[in-house]
Amino acid sequence: MINYIWYFLILIGITYSFFTGNSALINNKIIEASSEGIRLVIDMLPILVLWMGIMNICEKSGLLTKFARLLKPLLKKLFPNVKNDDALGYIASNIAANAIGLGSAATPFGLKAMQELQQENEKKDTASDAMITFLVLNTSGVTIIPTTVIALRQAAKSINPTATIVTGLIATFIASFCGLMLDYFFRRRKRK
Amino acid sequence: MSSFIIPLIIIFIIGYGLIKKVNIYEIFLEGAKDGLVTTFNITASVVAMMFAVQIFLSSGFIEGVLGKFTSFFELIHFPIEILPMALLRPISGTASLAIMNNIFLTHGPDSFLGLLASTIQGCTDTTIYVLALYFGSVHITKSRHALICGLFADLTGIIASIIIVKVMFGF
Repeated sequence: MINYIWYFLILIGITYSFFTGNSALINNKIIEASSEGIRLVIDMLPILVLWMGIMNICEKSGLLTKFARLLKPLLKKLFPNVKNDDALGYIASNIAANAIGLGSAATPFGLKAMQELQQENEKKDTASDAMITFLVLNTSGVTIIPTTVIALRQAAKSINPTATIVTGLIATFIASFCGLMLDYFFRRRKRK
Repeated sequence: MSSFIIPLIIIFIIGYGLIKKVNIYEIFLEGAKDGLVTTFNITASVVAMMFAVQIFLSSGFIEGVLGKFTSFFELIHFPIEILPMALLRPISGTASLAIMNNIFLTHGPDSFLGLLASTIQGCTDTTIYVLALYFGSVHITKSRHALICGLFADLTGIIASIIIVKVMFGF
């Protein structure tokens, strides 16, 4: 998938610029873009390093587990059919880690949760209800601190780099809610 | 309000670590090193995506082709500059990040588009990528309604972002 998208962007960009006579501009852009990419990484670096340091304290002090435990009662409601407590624990940790911007720590928890859910799954090649709900919850996931966004806003000399934390939170809750509602609708339709 | 959140979280987390008698300084350094490695690991994909996105955006394709539908997008109050980001967001977080950065450079991070792009980047996810990774890891090939629900959540997140940014920042 990513192969096609990547090539599609490049192909469309270059062919379109030939048609419109923008090829000189594209030529410059090709060289410029790479240094722009490196600059982007350097812009993100300080906040990522700092935040990963802080969040490591959060993880090692047991705060993340505590945070995840708080989520469990809510998750029991969202996943009524999951009897496996470990699965719920991993789901909670995944969501908690995503929420505080620890994306790289969230993925291992997520994969563990999928393994646990797969054990309860009756048809091994088909996604179970719980898996789908988990995926919707994960991808529409609540992000409290969008680290890279803040870093890039700061680098672009924003007067308030953290301005969009609250708007992002509201939008993310609406997205999660709508995704879960549609999932609920699909599940009910199946049962009938 | 937004500017209080991070400082408060920081005092709370470090303070909690200290109370729990965790070796906070060491642990911080360990995590920070991981941050360095993570950043280093994404460098190649950022350059690759930046390259593709820059070529695409500067070719004038959006203004030229999508511009023909401007009246339609105006009708539904959807800023056309956000469209490439909205379309790429579910597939590649790096590509949408590159577009967001482009919006910052051309329109400014505190403009309507800048704030909107930031909000969207924060409230949506690389749904298709996550789906492929998670389901692939346990060999699930039939994903049923997972994709529709995931993309629907992203779509409502984008629509909600437009409305919320307009209301909260008074555009």
